[in-house]
Amino acid sequence: MIDPLVVELSRWQFAATALFHFLFVPLTLGLTFIVAAMETVYVTTGRTIYREMAQFWGKLLLINFALGVATGLTMEFQFGTNWSFYSSFVGDIFGAPLAVEGLMAFFMESTFIGLMVFGWERLSKIQHLIVTYLVALGSNLSALWILVANGFMQAPEGAVFNPLTMRMELASFAELIFGHDAQSKFVHTSIAGYVTAAIFVCGVSAFYMLRKQHMELARRSFRMAALFGVLSAVGVITLGDALGFVGGHAQPTKLAAMEALWRTEKPPVGFNVIAIPDQQKMENAYELQIPYLLTPLVTRSLDHVIPGADTLVAQAKQRIVSGIEAVGALRALQDNPEDEAALSRFLAHEDDLGYGFLVGAYAPDQDPTVADDAAIERAARDAIPSVATIFWSFRVMVACGLLMLMFFILAVIYTLRNTVERQRWFLGASVLMLPVPWIACEAGWLVAEIGRQPWTVYEVLPTWMSVSTHSAGYMLFSLAGFLLLYSIFIVIEMFLMLRAIRQGPSSHRPTGSAGAAGETALAAPVRSAEV
Amino acid sequence: MEIYLLLKVLWWLLLGVLLMGVAIMVGMDMGVGTILRLVGRTDAERRVALNIIGPHWDGNQVWFILGGGAIFAAWPLIYATAFSGLYVVMLLLLWSMIVRPLGFEYRSKIDLPAWRSAWDWALFVSGFVPMLVFGAAVGNMLQGVPFRFEWNLASVYSGSFLSLLNPFAILCGLLAVSLSVYMGGAMLMNRGEDVLYRRAQRLVVRSGLVALALFSLGGIWVYFLDGYQLVQSPDPAIAQTPLQQVVERAVGGWLGNYQRTPLLWLIPFSVYATTLLGVAAARSGRSHLAWWLGALAWIGVIGTVGAAMFPFMMPSSLEPSHSLTVWNASSSQLTLTWMTGWSVVFVPLILWYTSWCFWVMRGKVNERDVASDEHAY
Repeated sequence: MIDPLVVELSRWQFAATALFHFLFVPLTLGLTFIVAAMETVYVTTGRTIYREMAQFWGKLLLINFALGVATGLTMEFQFGTNWSFYSSFVGDIFGAPLAVEGLMAFFMESTFIGLMVFGWERLSKIQHLIVTYLVALGSNLSALWILVANGFMQAPEGAVFNPLTMRMELASFAELIFGHDAQSKFVHTSIAGYVTAAIFVCGVSAFYMLRKQHMELARRSFRMAALFGVLSAVGVITLGDALGFVGGHAQPTKLAAMEALWRTEKPPVGFNVIAIPDQQKMENAYELQIPYLLTPLVTRSLDHVIPGADTLVAQAKQRIVSGIEAVGALRALQDNPEDEAALSRFLAHEDDLGYGFLVGAYAPDQDPTVADDAAIERAARDAIPSVATIFWSFRVMVACGLLMLMFFILAVIYTLRNTVERQRWFLGASVLMLPVPWIACEAGWLVAEIGRQPWTVYEVLPTWMSVSTHSAGYMLFSLAGFLLLYSIFIVIEMFLMLRAIRQGPSSHRPTGSAGAAGETALAAPVRSAEV
Repeated sequence: MEIYLLLKVLWWLLLGVLLMGVAIMVGMDMGVGTILRLVGRTDAERRVALNIIGPHWDGNQVWFILGGGAIFAAWPLIYATAFSGLYVVMLLLLWSMIVRPLGFEYRSKIDLPAWRSAWDWALFVSGFVPMLVFGAAVGNMLQGVPFRFEWNLASVYSGSFLSLLNPFAILCGLLAVSLSVYMGGAMLMNRGEDVLYRRAQRLVVRSGLVALALFSLGGIWVYFLDGYQLVQSPDPAIAQTPLQQVVERAVGGWLGNYQRTPLLWLIPFSVYATTLLGVAAARSGRSHLAWWLGALAWIGVIGTVGAAMFPFMMPSSLEPSHSLTVWNASSSQLTLTWMTGWSVVFVPLILWYTSWCFWVMRGKVNERDVASDEHAY
């Protein structure tokens, strides 16, 4: 028997550790490229200010990178420690992208970041530049493979269920990699990282300009980041829109939740700007609507029907009934693999197997084959994830995205006119913008992952079944441990990051001795005040 | 379908290679963490030790991460069952390991004795504990882990956290710690000078001898341990689940493979040869040779366990017939084929650029360099 409390605690632990990990990943994805761009300018023009920029932002990158690596370790093993049924059920497909991520991307990123830090004096300029690009490429390829894995959870493609081995097995690697969800989500997520890094660089540079410190570095960094940011912001919104289009077709339940769409209505339907959804009554207690807007927005047409929650629950009910047959046939097959009748019954209902598992949560002894109507009703309503959470997370993400786009447009205008230093209100606003991309990233994670509920693998494997059968005590222990450890981490990281920002690049003072390797005072071997 | 059989055995071998990679490369860095406070009495000495592995620890750690990913991809049932069945031990491993990147990156950012000392302890814990757990986990595999499967292959465990840290497991853990100290010490000899070199040298010699003693003791212990034997199982070349076999336990059963194939005795014998030669090399100052011999010793130790257990990977002490073997725990043929393809391309590439990085960063590290390098840890 699976304890619902254990399911709940496992979900909290996964969400907490993943959201925490995702505080560091986006900045790494983007900042590696910004640093690489700065170093490129240094190598091509030979101007040492750009080397100083690359080294300064590289230093901040590393403070962030350490925690990204540390918290990533947890993620790599958490599927096994806490989601063991999930792991054995889809490991045949899901494990491969994680392994390839290690082989192709993470090894490259981690090996070369050592050289990026320690290799300044040992590598030629060109070699070091290549190393920096390999780090950037590695971190982005990492994201690609992780999102291929996630894409499988969102829209399982390229796999079939094998009743003999009782698991999903790989059918087509190409379908797995080129799943639509995986591709648009990869681009959306990595560009979100570029936006995050651009805001970070703009915000910190603006802070220096406000205090009239490190003006050379701040002005140049601000300009590069603003240009990088405006392109990225356009990209992230475009791809986000594409993802909504793809995701809306792949996961109608997520779409209904994102838009608080309870009833299927005659198109074109209105767009809810604001809604107070009531999950119990399956309606909005309040809604502010722009008429006709939603249908063209998500279907690119005026006459496509967008299924509302009512239709989706009714469909889920039918599929549960069919899925119960599939589970029953599967058990019969486990007892006797030669049972022809069971096999044909299984094949007839195979597509609904996941829905059969879904109802198990409410059935006596968690056995779907004895589920009654009340259990089926409850499970069917579970098919709609938490509408209020998703509706609002989505709006927060989109609002942040649009805000950042406007910010970058202004930033580019001011920086190209060379007036940004005089716009003190704008510099202040740049600093205030700092938390915005992180809010957007975390909200985006919530939309994607809570929106997929009640499934770990959409319509294939329900969340409640995916967990390891630990005791609630173990789960409380581990959750408390992670919260404690991560709280300490974030305090230390923020402290060091703010300290490094306050110190700025000129905290390096020349040692005066052994200036052999450097060509100018700035590039000579120098050491920071503390180290 | 014979290809499937070959793929299973190939991935069993590759898993061994990955574990050896973890043991040798990550173990080396963790060994440095473990002995950091012994080889370095002053902050400057400790910084030299940290900067010797500084350029490499992050890349090396990927052996561990890749190990996790590869087990997931090639042995999903092992990934699912081992990491959840050993939950609290895995948490110990993860919690101690995730402190390590911070120890490297953050330690030298602030020049306060209390701050640096705290991180030195963190680096000790994150070097010692993971290696202890790593060895203890292998020890548990030899003893069998208390799990069984339900009809749908959901795993169920019994037994407590403390039973996972039993005396035999601790012995295996200490063996892993001592070999990691040996490797860490050898690396410090490679790139260190003066007092650091001499202290590391002493530790290499001692830990090598301790490792040999623990290895011998473990061998005798295994002789009296319950081993597992396949009595009946489906054709190894076909897809199957752990619910289709019959397994028996017998005292000394882990020596069965050695009795059937006496040539296998060369593997444990090689551990004695390489370790003793390694200790001698370290003593006579040939530290690079000592490092490579230590790596061979690791290969011998892991090979000894693998040869004893084959085809078992994770026996069940609760329900021996549910034991996970090379035949019933692997991925599908298609997944193994794809993974083989990816590995053929990328593993040589990884070895190539890792070697290049070590080559670029070759040479001695001293206190002056560390103090004047703003990028140093």
